Amino acid sequence: MGRKKLIFLGALVAVLLAAAAFAEYLTPYDPYAQDLANALQPPCAAHPLGTDRYGRDMLSRVIMGGQTTIYSSLLLVVLITVAGSAVGIVCGYFGGKLDAVLMRISDVFLAFPGMVFAIAVASVMQGGVMNAVAALACISWPRYARIARSQVLTVKSMPYIHAARLSGSGTAKILCRHVAPNIAGPVIVTAVLDIGTMMMEIAGLSFLGLGAAPPTAEWGSMMSNGRSMLQTSPWVILAPGAAIFLTVMIFNLFGDTVRDALDPRQRKRRMEDGPVA
Amino acid sequence: MQLKAEHLDFRYGEKTPWILKDVSLQTESGERVGIVGPSGYGKSTLSKLLAGYVRPSAGRVLLDGEPLPEKGYCPVQMIYQHPELAVNPRWKLGKIVKEAGDPDPALLERMGIEPQWLSRWPSELSGGELQRFCIARVLNPRIRFLICDEITTMLDVITQAQIWELLLEASEKQKLGIVVITHNMALAERVCTRIVELPAINHAETKENRQTDITKSRSFITKRNVSATEGEGCADRAV
Repeated sequence: MGRKKLIFLGALVAVLLAAAAFAEYLTPYDPYAQDLANALQPPCAAHPLGTDRYGRDMLSRVIMGGQTTIYSSLLLVVLITVAGSAVGIVCGYFGGKLDAVLMRISDVFLAFPGMVFAIAVASVMQGGVMNAVAALACISWPRYARIARSQVLTVKSMPYIHAARLSGSGTAKILCRHVAPNIAGPVIVTAVLDIGTMMMEIAGLSFLGLGAAPPTAEWGSMMSNGRSMLQTSPWVILAPGAAIFLTVMIFNLFGDTVRDALDPRQRKRRMEDGPVA
Repeated sequence: MQLKAEHLDFRYGEKTPWILKDVSLQTESGERVGIVGPSGYGKSTLSKLLAGYVRPSAGRVLLDGEPLPEKGYCPVQMIYQHPELAVNPRWKLGKIVKEAGDPDPALLERMGIEPQWLSRWPSELSGGELQRFCIARVLNPRIRFLICDEITTMLDVITQAQIWELLLEASEKQKLGIVVITHNMALAERVCTRIVELPAINHAETKENRQTDITKSRSFITKRNVSATEGEGCADRAV
């Protein structure tokens, strides 16, 4: 049951990723071509999701926007996972002053309300999707550092780490080959569960005009552009909104199943719950 | 070569009770010292200190007068009492057994390690099977001292006999010094050239000693003197 669910959601995620990767070839129209004669067309055979106020095909823009939103949030998650766990591994393994300094820095970042801080950083760095990614990376890495650090504290006193040290393995080898693989589980689960959240935050920053700059197709900025026409031409805002909703939901459900698959305790608990329910 | 522990003290935290207080031990290449004593007397802690798994709160462990090396191969190796914790669960056994250098295929065969186990994960083998890997992993030409902390407790008697036969042979051939930590007096008497008893810590006495700054030397007592000390130790613990 769990396995089938994982394969099904994994396939959906793969379809989304493929659609975003090959967006250029999937769009029926040029997502940036304006056609003022056909502005604000409701959904019809020629334009299944209608057109926006410049006559640009909404379906093409939603597909193209998926590329921006999905790949920038994946980039963001990879960035914070790698950077955060690297900091956490170093802090947890070496301890001492370095640990104290780096962890206090991470405390400072955690003390700010995340989105507010990201808005501040993004407005200082001006628009652009990559700047939005950098702003969100600034506020999101400390969580990964904490998770990685707490795992390292358990792993580093394991006898196999001592055995590796005594057999002549250097610190770099111990960190990369012994410590990192053994803390990867919880970190990966957090990362997969975070993809949806990060997608929302990137779209959120773009909605506020701090992410993707026009005319770049991006779901958040498309919604922002369409919000004044919600009553007269709702498809302009509903199409990217539905795209965000579906994509975030698929990634979140996928994250949940990945967690269940990687956490044997959770799986066992579910199995025990099964017959009772 | 000589492995020497000088006045080792150990406790886990500032306010926790002492686990070891002023323990000294000296052993030579080719010697097999048995350390016996009841549970909770710090035998395993002593073995961890000797191999450098943990650092003593006070005192030194010296190998030929030098501290144990911080980097590179350590000639003092330890076999742990829980083999499932002593192997990286994310490494296959073929890789685990090679970490300190390629093992001798003949040794693997004599340890009863089946070739197909090398491609398995640690969770796919039993504790006894894993322990054979842990032993094979440390038996290489560079090892000088081996600390064995209850290493054959989980094995059946025949395997125990095979493994000790191998270790005794290594001890004779390579002049390997072995420290055998065990509950099993019969085993200690069978394999060791010398048996020492780890005495109990008298907490009241150590506290007093610290206040007056007199450190009474608490070196090992040879087996002949044991019985009286042991009785006393047990009485202390009961209180």
